[in-house]
Amino acid sequence: MQFRKLCLIAVAGLALTACEAPASRKDKDTPESLAANPFPSTYKPYPSQTMLIANATVIDGKGGLIENGGVLVEGGKIKAVGKDLTAPEGAVTIDAKGKWVTPGIIDNHSHLGAYPSPGVDSHGDGNEISGPVTAEVWVEHSIWPQDPGFARALAGGITSLQILPGSANLFGGRGVTLKNVPARTVQAMKFPDAPYTLKMACGENPKRVYGYGGGSTPGGAPYSRMGNVAGYRDAWIKAADYKKQMDNAANGGGEPPKRDLELETLAGVLNGDILVHMHCYRADEMAQILDISNEFGYKVTAFHHAVESYKIADKLAEYGACSSMWADWWGFKMEAYDGIPENIPLVHNAGACAIVHSDSDIGIQRLNQEAAKAWADGKRIGIDVPIEVAWQWLSLNPAKSLGIDDKTGSLEPGKMADVVIWSGNPFSSYAKAEKVFIDGAQMFDRDDPALQAVMDFELGQPGEGDRK
Amino acid sequence: MIRRLILSFAVLSAASVAAAQPVAVYGKNVWTGTAQGTITDGVVVIDNGRIVAVGPASTRVPAGATEVRAEWVTPGLISAFSRTGLSEVSGVDDTNDAGAGSSAFSAALDAADGFNPDATPIAVTRLAGFTRIAVAPQASSKLFGGQGFLAETSGLPGSVFRERAFSFIVLGESGANLSGGSRPAAWAALRGAFDDVRFFGARFMTHSEGNVLTRMDAQALMAAVKGDQLIVFQASRASDLEAIMDFKEQNPSLRIAIVGADEGWRVARRLAALEIPVIVDAFSNLPASFSQLASTAENAKRLSEAGVTVAIVNLDNDSHLARLATQIAGNAVANGMSFDAAMRSLTTAPAEIFGMSGLGTLAPGGRADVVAWDGDPLEVTSAPQAVYIDGESQPMESRQTKLRDRYRTLDESQRPLAFRR
Repeated sequence: MQFRKLCLIAVAGLALTACEAPASRKDKDTPESLAANPFPSTYKPYPSQTMLIANATVIDGKGGLIENGGVLVEGGKIKAVGKDLTAPEGAVTIDAKGKWVTPGIIDNHSHLGAYPSPGVDSHGDGNEISGPVTAEVWVEHSIWPQDPGFARALAGGITSLQILPGSANLFGGRGVTLKNVPARTVQAMKFPDAPYTLKMACGENPKRVYGYGGGSTPGGAPYSRMGNVAGYRDAWIKAADYKKQMDNAANGGGEPPKRDLELETLAGVLNGDILVHMHCYRADEMAQILDISNEFGYKVTAFHHAVESYKIADKLAEYGACSSMWADWWGFKMEAYDGIPENIPLVHNAGACAIVHSDSDIGIQRLNQEAAKAWADGKRIGIDVPIEVAWQWLSLNPAKSLGIDDKTGSLEPGKMADVVIWSGNPFSSYAKAEKVFIDGAQMFDRDDPALQAVMDFELGQPGEGDRK
Repeated sequence: MIRRLILSFAVLSAASVAAAQPVAVYGKNVWTGTAQGTITDGVVVIDNGRIVAVGPASTRVPAGATEVRAEWVTPGLISAFSRTGLSEVSGVDDTNDAGAGSSAFSAALDAADGFNPDATPIAVTRLAGFTRIAVAPQASSKLFGGQGFLAETSGLPGSVFRERAFSFIVLGESGANLSGGSRPAAWAALRGAFDDVRFFGARFMTHSEGNVLTRMDAQALMAAVKGDQLIVFQASRASDLEAIMDFKEQNPSLRIAIVGADEGWRVARRLAALEIPVIVDAFSNLPASFSQLASTAENAKRLSEAGVTVAIVNLDNDSHLARLATQIAGNAVANGMSFDAAMRSLTTAPAEIFGMSGLGTLAPGGRADVVAWDGDPLEVTSAPQAVYIDGESQPMESRQTKLRDRYRTLDESQRPLAFRR
């Protein structure tokens, strides 16, 4: 617990993700070095059966709710969603009377694997604090797939998640999107063809870690919020120049620049290939970041934590940035002082993209409840959002922010069968994820210990898994 | 109490005048925490700061009583372990009085000296139905954190109603770190400190020769060592809990509770036999450290079923979000704890642990800490609609609600939002 707090205050960065679809890829203009994918996904869906989940209350993830409905899964994909579906011959039928069925939850802000359990110093791999600009690092190289947190998150209905570097740096490095399947390697978890993301951070963390870092004052730039902004702009200027050299080379205008991991990532953002997820608490800072993005011609996909998004929800809606938020965290640091429990519904109500995120190995286990709290707090001030609409905060909007909404995030024919069967209305303290399917393959069953993953670390310990 | 009475006269407000008249709080469900169980369609009658009747809705209510109607009515909830009111912004050191890593003192540090009833988390906690809080110092310089206290959440001066309610002592990994680097060092410090207290005269009357403690720390720890004051130990690993229980058997007069206790379920029977209550965070189900390898979401359930007195708290954020203990208790129910035991973990259990008489239940003659809810109190979608402390209706306003109301709409075409309040 101590560790988690430290992680949050001193190290962990909350990235922001936007709900806009990623800018279109300009593959033809993309130099070889950017297009190269040296750590390709080896994920393959596990075997699945043709399956009809019948008689359930179905939240389709696009804003619809079907009473006494069904979901038909075939070949790992959603085949049909609706009433009166009939199971094809040989299909398994799950009678889900009294249960609710939803798209799998997608957490777009997690540090699982990079700050795994147990939280010993040797495991603190989430933040490359060696400098304020470390766009060259990729968090996937820190992820320990044996983190027991992945299994706990699975039991909470998490089917995909974004792992981000921490927020010590202005540019923290690349994030990665995973399927939440237990695996021996991180490559076997990587969401196929998901775009890369870039973690950036506003505010207190970078200026504290660097300006006041190492116990000496000054420790180095940035020392202030204006130092933060100079740091971003300075890096983007270099990246724009690098991109120009690459573009010229691609068009026969000379040699490409020497490979530079940091600038390749930043140029990837300028190309629209890499999505910016930016940790930012204060409204006024977010507004400045939007200006910087316009200055350099990139898009902020999502602000993360965004505890003051409610103050500028109109501006965020106009720009098209998502806010990735907690239900009720506040007051643990100065820039979180103005957090309010109605942040999420106020953002949604302004027409901006709202996402419920965890940034926590505990919160990720019940993001449905976090959404429920926000939903209820909104309702009390007259923002009456149907549950099936609010569910977009948990699946479709985070999927958009990760550029995977064409593949998952809702129960629509052709999409990945990432599905959760809940014991009841998931907007309740008492509801539990009973069965979790990823690409149609069952990865968790609350009533069957044989379908409860136990990571290596827990094997042979006094407890093995949560329900030892 | 005296301070509080004086205060009431000094700042007598409209709210307290209104409270002079009786109140009848009707609920579709009234959870009493007594042999009355949960009354369907019940009423709680408040008069003069006391509960005067608890019964079916047909119960006779004094003429002119204010009527409140709710889905659920419960006793005011009690946070069994928090730092609420010790910091305004946890990460801003100047506002955080929970711990003092550079202090020369330890057991003598009195958390009540750092309590600020105006701290914004107090109202936030009250609005979530918590009327009483046990507040612990943070152990930052030694394994002896200092003196914890009990307070109500009205936010008024004088709301601390029992100073030095318990001594807080940290064992396990944290205790080891605070003692030089090992569990043996922590236990040596603990035993040495107890000896300092027991041989206080010899060691401190003419000179200052404590093994571990300063004279002032030894004085502060005296009541705990004598068994006159509760000791709240923090520990999680089963072997650490066993060691505490061994210590209790060697020192039978000690009054002990344990906070953390993530592996408590493995030693639940012995805890029950020794009547040692535990204060747990039922969300803690990860091997977050090597002291929590056997953590499980069923810890609270298993402890409760073994007959251990269980209080549930939020240890992940014990200052600004102590209020999430209701959600945590609801999740304990989802993981097998009975609803009644989960409700007790927020009411009667903490009242019992800290000896808060007349609190934690809805019973005639009890102090009128009462909460009216718009739904099941353990549901994440529920919230209090009215809160009474000692019969006084509490303002349902906080800095958070004011921010919310200011930014409910963002139209500043006529005037800046800064004028809206």
